[in-house]
Amino acid sequence: MDHFMNPRNQGEISDADGVGEVGNPSCGDIMRIFIKVKDNIITDVKFQTFGCGAAIASSSMATELIKGKTLEEAWEMSNKAVVEALEGLPPVKVHCSVLAEDGIHQAINDYRIKQGLSPWEEKGGHTHSHDDETCE
Amino acid sequence: MRAPRRSSHQVLTLNIFTTTMANEKLVYMDHSATTATDPEVIQAMLPWFSEHYGNPSSLYRLARESRTAIEDARKKVAVAIGATPEEIFFTSGGTESDNWALIGTAFSHKKKGTHIITTAIEHHAILHTCEYLKKQGFSVTYLPPDESGKIQIEDIRAAITEKTILISVMFANNEIGTIQPIHEIGHICRERGIIFHTDAVQAIGNVPINVTNMDIDLLSLSGHKFYGPKGTGALYIRKGVRIDSYLHGGAQEKRKRAGTENVPGIVGLGVAIEKAVHDQEVKTKRIRDLRDRLLERIFTEIPNCRLNGHKTDRLPGNINICFEFIEGESLILLLDHAGIAASTGSACSSGSLEPSHVLMAIGVPIEIAHGSLRLTLGHENTEEHVEYVCKELKKAVEKLRAMSPLYADYMKKRQ
Repeated sequence: MDHFMNPRNQGEISDADGVGEVGNPSCGDIMRIFIKVKDNIITDVKFQTFGCGAAIASSSMATELIKGKTLEEAWEMSNKAVVEALEGLPPVKVHCSVLAEDGIHQAINDYRIKQGLSPWEEKGGHTHSHDDETCE
Repeated sequence: MRAPRRSSHQVLTLNIFTTTMANEKLVYMDHSATTATDPEVIQAMLPWFSEHYGNPSSLYRLARESRTAIEDARKKVAVAIGATPEEIFFTSGGTESDNWALIGTAFSHKKKGTHIITTAIEHHAILHTCEYLKKQGFSVTYLPPDESGKIQIEDIRAAITEKTILISVMFANNEIGTIQPIHEIGHICRERGIIFHTDAVQAIGNVPINVTNMDIDLLSLSGHKFYGPKGTGALYIRKGVRIDSYLHGGAQEKRKRAGTENVPGIVGLGVAIEKAVHDQEVKTKRIRDLRDRLLERIFTEIPNCRLNGHKTDRLPGNINICFEFIEGESLILLLDHAGIAASTGSACSSGSLEPSHVLMAIGVPIEIAHGSLRLTLGHENTEEHVEYVCKELKKAVEKLRAMSPLYADYMKKRQ
């Protein structure tokens, strides 16, 4: 609740090194993640979120968790870590934390592509279809 | 602040409408969801729990008192809607009344036809019952409303076939508050010999209703929507209308609805409906004026919002607005934090992934429908509440827009 009422890292980085955007407005949630990277470390991260309380809290917590981490560490951060850090989310809201994980992955890969590197591949596990026409 | 211990009598006379919660006042603007039971209603109910507890079906005096109390309540309900007492059947609430009206009529008229007409914006108690009836071999036409939420009379005429046995159109919509041309629909049904049911759960106490003048055959109502107790309701069944029994068992409610009567609840329902229609015009005018004031304030102070529903033909306390670029559930949470109780048609709030079927049916774009807010005012709301809600709503919308990527894009485009 605190991360919803007082979200951390809310805003935009105008000269971001990587930007990720997931979700779509018809599903009722969009998350945009901005990262600033120096020497392979995420020095700053901000988010913009259109969504429910859990989506906002997940964005806030996820950005807190990856701040100051290496890109590898940030990539490894799973939605489960976000849920745990928030001390649990109701089952219907777990997809919000998945959205945060996906947003961070997209931001990291955006950075890698801009650096002329090949994007990292999503490990199996969840195949999130939030960008598709259907919601979930 | 917790109230000091008082006798039960004193507790009931406390101002129940300004409940203290964590030192914050509660501004309740969700009267379409439910209402606080009126203290007078509670007082009237109390003796029927442990003092006069006789089963109305028994023969001794204690039981006869219960029977009399039920029949008194039946008269009150009948008077309130322009019916006769024999036409009122007590149920457990709006959902049961809707289920009974549809299923009971469908099965009793099966030989005559199997077609039912309803609307796309009904309450789920109607829509899901229609789904059930479809599985039982009935066919259902769902009429779409216009963008104000009104059903067009020509659409009803056009949908009627030789097999149509029942038309069910809600009196007033629970989400957007639009009031339907019930009288005209009733007239068509009577002309064509089709049973006409209306779900009047939201309308009682808010809109004048007369089942006789309006050619209504079946009408559902629910006690807790007009300051009565939860778990109480009634179905009006016009004399001569054939309908199957819904609950089978004892001989209660003329063998049409078995089960020992909820005597305290029925007594409460009677008192509540009597109060609801008393001075109805004066009371609803006060609420309508407050509502209009709040609406005006919102539209003056918050940009990029739109009103859903009909401008004039709507429930006196109803506001339904979409705020662009934000999502409704997070708005509700922020308002809740400020002590304001409201509701939304956003998908997240309903547990489904689709936003409100009503907003979809009136053509609100899906991404905007997610940002809907419903405020429904009632008797205890004041000018002070209106000011407070407007102030907190503005803060909450600004806060959510400040973190919304959609708003950021919109502002960039404007520059």
